[in-house]
Amino acid sequence: MYEGPVQDLIDELGRLPGVGPKSAQRIAFHLLAAEPADIGRLQDALQKVKEGVVFCDVCGNVSAETTCRICRDTRRDVTLICVVEEPKDVLAVERTREFKGRYHVLGGALDPLSGVGPDQLRIRQLLQRIGNQVDGKDVAEIIIATDPNTEGEATATYLVRMLRDFPGLTVTRLASGLPMGGDLEFADELTLGRAMSGRRVV
Amino acid sequence: MYVRHLQVSDFRSWERADLAFEPGVSVLVGPNGQGKTNLVEALGYVATLGSHRVATDLPLIRHGSPRAVVRTAVVNDGRELLVELEITAGKANRARVNRGPVPRPRDVLGILRTVLFAPEDLALVRGDPGERRRFLDDMLVARAPRYAGVRSDYERVLKQRGALLKTAGAARRAGRSGDISTLDVWDGHLAKHGAELLAARLDLVADIAPHVAASYAEVAPESRPARIGYRSSLGESQPEGFGRPDGPRADREALEAAMLTELHRVRPQEIDRGVCLVGPHRDELELALGELPAKGYASHGESWSFALALRLGGYELLRGDGAEPVLVLDDVFAELDRGRRRQLAKVAAAAEQVLITAAVAEDVPEELDGARFEVRHGEVHSA
Ligand SMILES: Nc1ncnc2c1ncn2[C@@H]1O[C@H](COP(=O)(O)OP(=O)(O)OP(=O)(O)O)[C@@H](O)[C@H]1O
Ligand SMILES: [Mg+2]
Ligand SMILES: [Zn+2]
Repeated sequence: MYEGPVQDLIDELGRLPGVGPKSAQRIAFHLLAAEPADIGRLQDALQKVKEGVVFCDVCGNVSAETTCRICRDTRRDVTLICVVEEPKDVLAVERTREFKGRYHVLGGALDPLSGVGPDQLRIRQLLQRIGNQVDGKDVAEIIIATDPNTEGEATATYLVRMLRDFPGLTVTRLASGLPMGGDLEFADELTLGRAMSGRRVV
Repeated sequence: MYVRHLQVSDFRSWERADLAFEPGVSVLVGPNGQGKTNLVEALGYVATLGSHRVATDLPLIRHGSPRAVVRTAVVNDGRELLVELEITAGKANRARVNRGPVPRPRDVLGILRTVLFAPEDLALVRGDPGERRRFLDDMLVARAPRYAGVRSDYERVLKQRGALLKTAGAARRAGRSGDISTLDVWDGHLAKHGAELLAARLDLVADIAPHVAASYAEVAPESRPARIGYRSSLGESQPEGFGRPDGPRADREALEAAMLTELHRVRPQEIDRGVCLVGPHRDELELALGELPAKGYASHGESWSFALALRLGGYELLRGDGAEPVLVLDDVFAELDRGRRRQLAKVAAAAEQVLITAAVAEDVPEELDGARFEVRHGEVHSA
């Protein structure tokens, strides 16, 4: 344990995803030695990310306005919702140009090791969306596109269980072929595109 | 198969070492602590992505160096593959095959197969159940590399489910209800991956048991017969007969169902204690001599013979599968009496390739005549 502000900083950094205690320490001492101007820019960026970015009130994606560009786009199919873990996954699916529906961003995956359960994810909001009509149309299909790893698979199974009770709703999962133990974001466009078009009902 | 070439940099005590091997016998000789085991350990690492001596990678990297590199050329069926592994402490390793990067280090598994017998193997008989589970899992991976993935998937689910049980248990003790709405989901995944691992282990035990019994009888003809058997944590839910040479092949779906039943039964205890009580991580490979368990009963010599029989049984099994593994005998002749030495020498002399380390050349039986390397003061000279 270090004394005072340094330890506070290490503790805060250690809470970030993917940052272990060792890295937190390394980053903290790096910042300690950095030029004031560099620290200033970082401070600025941190400030803005909270003030300037909002999350879409429909899908939870990062957005510049209360409702994001995709959810405002009337050409997109409102009966189709693709469920992903993170905003970066929306970008990955968009790049494939295979998908013309809308998204729902969960904000993560079930991950008990990090203290993430269903209540920490935007699952309730998803169920609400499915229950409500949009432009007089019901949601017809949910495509589960969580990461093909342990946490993503568990989240998918949990969603399938929750969605079973909606009559007439088709639930599909991206076709396998995605590298197991992977991250949707890192799947190449062709593979992800194929997984999207070859999705199967679960 | 055989190892044609081994090169290490900053691995263990070696700043750099370069050895060319041929099929048949190669003996590394040199005084204690000169780095003989370190060299065969490097080969073991290429074969299993682990060390037979330590559980973490840090000790494998030469003190003061950021990373270790192991390069080895393996010839299998006349085809040569060059495997390169870069080991960095606390970070993901990197691997290349024939100079092209592979997505994950575990993609190199299966290129080199070894069976390594070392003084540490006494722990197979006398150590914790975890030692024997690791023996089985390493064999599974040697037979079919995809089991490396099955095992790591299982371990990940196990960790996640354990964390959920811990928080649920803590909440309950504090008088709160604790969210276990996802426990069924984790149960399902644990049973799915667990049953796959369990089925594979049961079939492996069924396949290897006759080889182990035969090897033991040869190594220690005067002793009682050796038997091995798999005891799962499924208790009464475990379907009968799997894991025995005369039994049916393990049925993954039946095991998955059994595991779910058992998980359901012990759930209150699991939440109470905050640990996973069911699954292949709790299983035991039981070793018996005659009517008695080997652990706690077998003599020192019997324990050695049993450990050797497990390794030789593994060797015979892999040989029967097709690609003959490289046999590595690390400093073991000094531990064995004359009869056992002769038995081991007989198997080793017939191997496609055997790599032997010994502090004194006289410890190696005469029939194992072959290439000799002197290892001393951080250098290797072929003698
Ligand atoms: N990470 C490391 N960095 C530097 N030196 C190391 C490292 N790991 C082990 N060593 C050294 O390697 C030596 C042991 O090497 P090794 O176990 O290969 O010896 P050996 O030749 O097999 O000896 P023996 O005949 O006693 O079995 C020890 O002196 C140890 O200090
Ligand atoms: Mg040694
Ligand atoms: Zn939106």
